[in-house]
Order: sequence, then C-alpha cells, then structure tokens
Amino acid sequence: MTGQAITANRLSDGSVVYLTRDGGWSGNIGDSLVSDQADETGRMKATAERAERSQQVVGACFIDVEVEGGTVQPVRLREAIRAGGPTVGLAAAHAGNGNGNGHRVSVR
Amino acid sequence: MYQYDEFDHTLVGERVEQFRDQVKRRLAGKLSEEEFRPLRLMNGLYLQLHAYMLRVAIPYGMLSSRQLRALADIARRFDKGYGHFTTRQNIQYNWIKLEDTPDILDALAAVDMHAIQTSGNCIRNVTADQYAGAAADEIEDPRVWCEIIRQWSTLHPEFSFLPRKFKIAVSGGARDRAAVRVHDIGLRLRRDAAGETGFEVIVGGGLGRTPKIGHTIRGFLPKRHLLSYLEAILRVYNQLGRRDNIYKARIKILVSDTGPDRFAEMVEREWAEIRDGALTLPAEEVARITSHFAPPPFDALDRDAAARALAAETAAAPAFARWVDANIAAHRQPGYAIVNISFKPIGEPPGDATAAQLDAVADLAERYSFGEARVTHEQNLVFAPVRQADLHALWQALGRHRLATPNIGMMTDIIACPGLDYCNLATARSIPVAQRISERFRDLDRQHDIGAITVNISGCINACGHHHVGNIGLLGLDKKGEEFYQITLGGSADDNAAIGAVVGSAFSEGAVVDAVETIVDTYLAVRADGEQFNDTWRRVGVEPFRDRLYGAD
Repeated sequence: MTGQAITANRLSDGSVVYLTRDGGWSGNIGDSLVSDQADETGRMKATAERAERSQQVVGACFIDVEVEGGTVQPVRLREAIRAGGPTVGLAAAHAGNGNGNGHRVSVR
Repeated sequence: MYQYDEFDHTLVGERVEQFRDQVKRRLAGKLSEEEFRPLRLMNGLYLQLHAYMLRVAIPYGMLSSRQLRALADIARRFDKGYGHFTTRQNIQYNWIKLEDTPDILDALAAVDMHAIQTSGNCIRNVTADQYAGAAADEIEDPRVWCEIIRQWSTLHPEFSFLPRKFKIAVSGGARDRAAVRVHDIGLRLRRDAAGETGFEVIVGGGLGRTPKIGHTIRGFLPKRHLLSYLEAILRVYNQLGRRDNIYKARIKILVSDTGPDRFAEMVEREWAEIRDGALTLPAEEVARITSHFAPPPFDALDRDAAARALAAETAAAPAFARWVDANIAAHRQPGYAIVNISFKPIGEPPGDATAAQLDAVADLAERYSFGEARVTHEQNLVFAPVRQADLHALWQALGRHRLATPNIGMMTDIIACPGLDYCNLATARSIPVAQRISERFRDLDRQHDIGAITVNISGCINACGHHHVGNIGLLGLDKKGEEFYQITLGGSADDNAAIGAVVGSAFSEGAVVDAVETIVDTYLAVRADGEQFNDTWRRVGVEPFRDRLYGAD
C-alpha cells in the first residue's frame, strides 16, 4: 500500500517524529499513521497544525510512504535517511546497527 | 591569540542570556517559529534533518587547548561524541537540542567562544590563511586584520540585515591559502613599491549556484583605511543588493550585473564620504590588536642542525618520512615546522572529530605547540609551530588517535560537506562518496604518484563542499529520486583561481567512484613531467577525459 504519513521535528530537541494513530508523535516511523483517504489526511493535517501551535513540533509535512508486511518505508531517500539516521561515519558507529536513530529503514 | 577583554565578555554573556530568554519564550509558545527562526539563526542554530545543528564560530580558525577541551566536552555532554570542522574554519555539532542550547552557549562563553553570526544574512566568520603568523613566505600576519574585522562586524547595527550572507577572507602569504578570490570580499596583503604593506581588495567572488571569481576593485589600500573601505563596500551592497530573489542576492550578482568598474566607482564615491573619519584605524589600536598575535617564545635553534637531525630521523623511519613529506610545511622560525593534522583517515567522514580526538589534540597542542591549533578551510587542523626535534614524537602520538594519515593535499584529503546524511538543503549524499573514493585510493604509493590534487564534494548546488574550485569537483543531484553526481574539472582556489568546467553527463551513485578513477588514470597517462592536475588540464583540455569517461564518440 502507498499512502501518506506526517513527519515533523520535535520542537524541544529537533528529533524526527511521526504522527501516530492515537494523535501523538513517535520517533519510530513504524508507529506512524498512514493513509490514502482524503478525509483522514485532512484530520491528520489538522492534528499536526494543532501540535505546531502548541509547541510540540515544527515543520510538519506529509511524506509518501509504502507499507509492506507491516514495515513503513519512505519513498524518498531524504525521508529514509531521516527515519533511519545518517548512513555514515561516527553517527552510524555510535548507533551500532548502521543507522543513527536505530530504526529498521532501508536506504537504496 | 586574541584574548577577550571585559567588553567582549559582557557582549557574549549578554547575548547568551538574551538567547536563553528567547528559547524559553519559544518553548512556552510566546514566540512563533516564524518569529524565532531568525533569532536562532543569528545564534548559529539550524534545524537540520535529524536534530538542531549548532555552528560554533572559530575566528580565523584559531583555537587554544582550553577551547579544544571545551569543544570536546560539549560533544560528549550535548551531542553524540563528535563534531565536524567546516569549510569556513568553524565547528558544527549535528545532534543538538534546542532546550540545551543556552547551556551550550554558556559553556562556549566560559572559554571565550560563541555562535554569533555563523548563520543569517550578516557578516559571517572571517577566515584566514591557516599558516598565518608562521609561513616562511608570509608578507604579514592576516590574523590581526581578521580580528579587527571581526570586532567591527560583530553586531554591526547597519549590517545585521543584509540582502544575504556575507563572507570575508584575508590572506597574508605570498601564495593565497585563504581562497580570497571566491569570497564576497577577499583581502590580500601586498607590498607597494615603497615596501609598505596594504590590501588588494577583491569583491564579488563566490561559489553556490552562480560561481564567480572576484574582481580586484582596488589594487592597494593602505591599512589604516581598511574598515572605512569595507564599510563603503557593505553600504553599497546593503543599499543595492537584491532582496526580491534569494538566489540573486549575493554581492557577486550585484558586481556582475553592475560591472566591476562601475561597482568600484560606486564604492569609491561612498568611501569618499567616510574616509579619514571615525573608522580610520588608529595606529595604537592596531598595535594593541597586533600584540595579541606576538610570536611565541621560540628557542634559538640552528636551522641546519635541526634539518640534519630531521633528515636522519626520516632516513631511519620510512613511514615517518612519508608523513613529513606530505604533512609538514616550512616555518619561518629556524628549527621549527608547520604540522598539518589530517582529519581524513582512510574511509572516514572528512573533517569529523571525536571528543577523544579533540582532547588529544588539546594535550598535544599544549605539549608541542604553545597551546594553540588552527582549523583549516580544508577541514584539517594545523599546529604552527612545532620544533622539528619533536616531530617524530608528535607523529607517533597523532597516530594513536588516527590523526597521522600522510595525505595532506592528496587524493584522500577530500573536502566534503555534510550532504544528505545531515543537511536539510542537500539533494544527495556526499560523505559516502568521499569514503568510497578514500578507500579506492587508500594506497599511499599511488597517492604519492598522483601527487598534489584537490577533490571537493558538495551535496547540493549551494556548494558548501566548494566543488567548483576542486581540481576534481563533484556535485550531488537528485534525478527522479536517484542520486547522481555531476563532475567538474580544473577548479582552483589558489592564485590561479578558476571555476571547474562540467565534463559531461552526471554519473550515478554506483558509477561515480569509477568515473573519478578514470579521470585520475587519464591524467596520469597524459601528464607531462613536472605538471600538476590543473597544468595538465589547461594543456590538454576536456577531450581526453571526456573520451575516456563517455567513449570517443
């Protein structure tokens, strides 16, 4: 399934977060609410705007994702890197599993 | 190096408290993101892909051991244990929290550092020749003038809202090591016929999406007129620079559109109004600033004896000899040397420094280099000076921290921006490509055979990796969601400054390292005796490279 999720950065620490099914924000893209329905994405947008106005997040925007076998994979490389962390160097080394944020996201 | 006085401490301290209050108001919702964004940018705080990024100013690249330790501590306490040296002699931290930033700025202020004006449409960190005050070919120490410009430009009331960012570089050597021709203003110390030193003033250089080589608008400016002349240039730019289009807002566009001669006339007319006034530099003030850059207490050493001793050491240790050959430059003081510390270990992200490495460099600077180091715009560090007699011990110590790679100015001394692994603006990754090129050319004999060459990689058209002025430049692009790399050849940031020429169609992420290797092999095949890359390029042109990369037809 291809759909849209909402991502943002948490205001207080800048970390990457995704809008979840219960209207909260998670650092794990696997928790994100994905939809391809206009009425639902409209509600998602309203929730994200409220979160921006209440100083939870900044820069909320829709991203395209594919859901397969329970795994949520961003379509764009940029979002895959945001979800999985830098693909290189000291950040990857510190994370130990090849990506800075510790989440299983493939980077082409 | 320059020591803060009471005025400096007060300014930085007040700025920290001001920003602390601004952060508090932002987190409480009393400032919107739109209101807060310019305020945080003026304090060097960006919001990047994964977190906030803080860019710390390192004025003209100078660092004390005390400051290095503070930077290490910040990396440990507030980041993920590392920082990144930039192409403007600054350091960046990639994993910063907004709520921690006031405390980080406090920690910086405690060691006479800050992040003021490392972002935003203002005058940024003034950069200098990394061999300042040390090079054997130096005309005059540029750091004195960098410090004077820094004080003039910090929180300048008229120039805090320029059309766009503004970058100034100062070069003091007979050879330009500060890339003055690709800065908004480049200042080159020169001697006139009477032997007096002054500035050649170069304006309108820059990289990014419209690269330009700067134009000399005044061949010799007496030093006492430096600030009034800079003020005149900035006034003309501030008044006439475009504010309707962010991509046409740099001074290079104004100079190009106006014409350099006409632009120079406008500056001279503005300057006539203010020269010999309040901005004329008093000799005693210049002397006061100069006193901060007095040479360290050198020992009186015999030049020839030191050279003989070093020759004996290099003869006995080939690996040490290789490092001396690649990483050491001549110091003006007999018996001393300039040491380039490579932050380009094979296969690692260029310019990244762990907290442990920063601490190690702090200790080694204290032990061997009078407690000071310099950051270069090529993302390495320099100790200037080190006694030649200490070079072997220093080399061994650096080696324990992966800081002794003998590759300065060579194929694996790659300059790369953070790219799409970190940066919000990027269109492709730069660091993995740098790592793979580094691995491909890891053989030191091969690097030595290739000789001096510059490789620069930018992850987007903003060119923070300075790819336009690389002998081999790579620009990362997004083509329908795939990473591609456009290659330019023949760029240079030195006395023969040149913008590289695009060689042909871009290469995929999978093919680009092979393409770079093909370029190098082609160069080696057609190189004449004594030539470096750009000599060959200028002689043979693009055809041999294009033929080998894309086929003769």
